[in-house]
Amino acid sequence: MEWTTLFDIALGAILINNFILAQFLGICPFMGVSKKMDTAVGMGFAVIFVMGLASALCYPVNLLLNNLGLKYMQTVAFILVIAALVQFVEMFLKKAIPTLYQALGVYLPLITTNCAVLGVVLLNVQNGYNFIESVVYGITGGAGFLLAIVLFASIRERLEFADPPKAFKGFPIALVTAGLMALCFMGFQGLKIPW
Amino acid sequence: MNIFYAVLTLGILGGVFGLVLSLASKVFEVKTDPKLDLILDCLPGANCGGCGYPGCAGCAAAILAKEAPVNACPSCSGLQTSRIAAVMGVEVKAQERRVAFVRCNGGTRASRKFERYVGLTDCVAAMKVSGNGTLDCAYGCLGLGTCVQACKFDAIHINAHGVAQVDQDKCTHCMQCAKACPRHVIIDVPYASDIMVPCGNKDKGPSAKSLCTVSCIGCRLCEKNCPAGAITVTDNHASIDYTKCTSCGVCVEKCPRKLITDIHATGKVEPVA
Repeated sequence: MEWTTLFDIALGAILINNFILAQFLGICPFMGVSKKMDTAVGMGFAVIFVMGLASALCYPVNLLLNNLGLKYMQTVAFILVIAALVQFVEMFLKKAIPTLYQALGVYLPLITTNCAVLGVVLLNVQNGYNFIESVVYGITGGAGFLLAIVLFASIRERLEFADPPKAFKGFPIALVTAGLMALCFMGFQGLKIPW
Repeated sequence: MNIFYAVLTLGILGGVFGLVLSLASKVFEVKTDPKLDLILDCLPGANCGGCGYPGCAGCAAAILAKEAPVNACPSCSGLQTSRIAAVMGVEVKAQERRVAFVRCNGGTRASRKFERYVGLTDCVAAMKVSGNGTLDCAYGCLGLGTCVQACKFDAIHINAHGVAQVDQDKCTHCMQCAKACPRHVIIDVPYASDIMVPCGNKDKGPSAKSLCTVSCIGCRLCEKNCPAGAITVTDNHASIDYTKCTSCGVCVEKCPRKLITDIHATGKVEPVA
């Protein structure tokens, strides 16, 4: 395995194919918890955590499904795995690392229904990544989510003080902003590294 | 045959996860005091921060740990406080209800530095860009609504005169508005009190008079005429000692500026816009 491959995957997940701004996955938490910077950071780290774990756990499940010739059951099986994983992690953290549990707070169970998490495991399969590549893709995909939501939250904190036309107040102007950010991130499409 | 495998595989997967989770819930069980939920139920759940703890859950934990008194929540009514006291097994004395009060009634009637202010609609920002506020009076309410944003209970609004005004029935005395106000113009008063002095300027009479048509000029007529000795003029404005005030209304009559008001006689200080 080459480090360059992993770097390629990481760069792709964070910038070129950013989960939110290029693949449009995980938009609901992106809009929902980006009103304040501290909640956005909390959500971002929770997503990194769960995406990394989900990638690791779904890899053997996918192998099992492939061996049984049940490839078409991927989506259902992955949803099951992710939901159970998040529940388990929540209980484990509450007991073992209460400080981390309090820091992640309500965002941990929220992630169960985050399409970015399901997206990352399905993309792992689609791209034919091996175990380590999958985990790297999951963690860096979460880092991309953190980057996008932190940038967006800092813009939204300033939007609070802006004076847009009445019809644009609140969500409409936030959606326009998100669109402009996605446009900016299209600039990273040119980042192709010739190894 | 394929469908059989599919059902079997997912069934087994689901069963295994269910089993692991139910085992985990036993293994990782964290015992929480059932009192915590009982206390949390009594708290308003607005997470206003008036108690000084991070949200209602933080306050409940502090009450449970006996770090905070049972009446730590400034927003709780007497009934809620007594329920918390019952959970904790202690007595609580009846407390006088207090509310926030904006000690300014100038707004459009106070002279302004500019014809029109077009900056951010936020008092803190206005204080910074315009050199200590948009009013000539250094003590008055700017009326840009920083306190309105701070209120979690929809109890403070900007009235027709462009001054913040507290809806006393909705006010829970969390005093977040007073903390947010860069002019420190919001004080707390007993809910039952009638007589209010809606001005707190510290300028001497002549200058206070020239800056605002509804300012206290520190003439001491109220102080001299109060039969209960409840009013004192300090820092060039009148303030009322509510432990002595009998709401007789003599000061309301005597005030030459028509500033001192009986808010319950007139309904409100001013009609809300």
